[in-house]
Amino acid sequence: MTGIVDYGMGNLLSVFNAFEMAGGNAFICSRPEELQKAERLVLPGVGAFRDCMRNLTEKGFTEVLDDYVNRLCRPVLGICLGMQAMARRGFEGGEFRGLGWFDADVVRLRPSDPSLRVPQIGWNDVSWRTGSDLFGGLPQSCDFYFVHSYYMKCSDDRDVEASCDYGGEVTAAVRKNNVFATQFHPEKSQDHGLKMIANFLGWRP
Amino acid sequence: MLKRRLIPKLQMKESRTGMSSRMVLVTTIRFGEAVEIGDPVSQAKIYEAQAADELIFLDLDASSDNRETMLGVIREAAEEIFMPFTVGGGVKSVADFRNLLLAGADKVSINTAAVETPDLIERASDVFGSQCVVLSIDYKRIEGGGYRVWTRGGKVETGLDPVRWAVDGERRGAGEILLTSIDRDGTRTGLDLELTRMVAESVSIPIITSGGAGVAAHFVDGFLAGKADAVSAGTYFCFRDENPMQTRSRIKNAGIPVRLHT
Repeated sequence: MTGIVDYGMGNLLSVFNAFEMAGGNAFICSRPEELQKAERLVLPGVGAFRDCMRNLTEKGFTEVLDDYVNRLCRPVLGICLGMQAMARRGFEGGEFRGLGWFDADVVRLRPSDPSLRVPQIGWNDVSWRTGSDLFGGLPQSCDFYFVHSYYMKCSDDRDVEASCDYGGEVTAAVRKNNVFATQFHPEKSQDHGLKMIANFLGWRP
Repeated sequence: MLKRRLIPKLQMKESRTGMSSRMVLVTTIRFGEAVEIGDPVSQAKIYEAQAADELIFLDLDASSDNRETMLGVIREAAEEIFMPFTVGGGVKSVADFRNLLLAGADKVSINTAAVETPDLIERASDVFGSQCVVLSIDYKRIEGGGYRVWTRGGKVETGLDPVRWAVDGERRGAGEILLTSIDRDGTRTGLDLELTRMVAESVSIPIITSGGAGVAAHFVDGFLAGKADAVSAGTYFCFRDENPMQTRSRIKNAGIPVRLHT
């Protein structure tokens, strides 16, 4: 069973539908105590960093998530804002503390090419680290769907699993131990996204 | 590199037979009479198979009577297609945003309500994030030059200049602009490149332009001369003599980055 964390930040239905389609046997976790039932977990999210962290904290998810990742050591997938929440700090509309699973800051996109717009909205090709299990079986440099104004800037290059070019290198996916996260939306990336979700479902970190 | 987007637009109206009600796919010319051409969810699935980059669903009735019917279509679409889609038509409040997003929409477009209560843009982007808020602007060219924004499905002239309205919308928190030329809607005579370019050069958020696409070269013009990030078309894709895959290869041949794999 794959738990999808519902902390009031956006479109869970799409994530749920995509996991069902990929054979994930998904359920929505609206309460922290439901998390331990999940063999693997998805932390989705759209919106602003500040609200995301506030909701996680107010709903009592923060410590349970830490426990899930660091003690139970089960696989976790972060998507978009759910990925950004895993950073040490976010700088969207102020400075806010994140979950701190990645030694990284979440900063605004500042493409070097002034004709590139913010937010980045649309399909961009992604290059990943050779041998990545999570991108296994996908055509090289295939496109995924992005929609974001901020991105995760990692202090440790070893955490960066994939990147894309948007007037400079932008982190597209990170991985550390049992945590994997994407800035793009696999649930909205058609066949390639479903394949990546299937990869996550088979992932044994 | 980020790709330019091709976005089929699915315009819908409610059709009632006896007690039952459903949404049907329609096309219009210059926002005039709607002609029924099929089922929106079936058509959305065809577009997904043809690897469209995104979809836009618009409820032309924009009334509160058919909200449930409309939400039903969105829920069904969200189960069947795994690509981003925007929903618009009759959105008046933060609650309308929430209902559509919970039904599976990724983005919500606002048009009349944004003009009549501009702070809806701020409120919605504050709650759901700018990336969810698409400011839809319908406009007509005026005789002697210039443009004006029209609302209520092209029935009410507002006196607003579309370029200034787009700039104001961005400042208020819109994440994307959807431009529709009423003069060119359904005519297949080409996009309004002048207005598209003026808006594209005035804001830093992405621009989707629509109204008038008739041949693949019009998309190329929209991207190159209009500087649009995305081109949306309803009539062009609906009649099936052209599909997103064929169009894509022609655009690619013109040297514009579009999605290769599907």
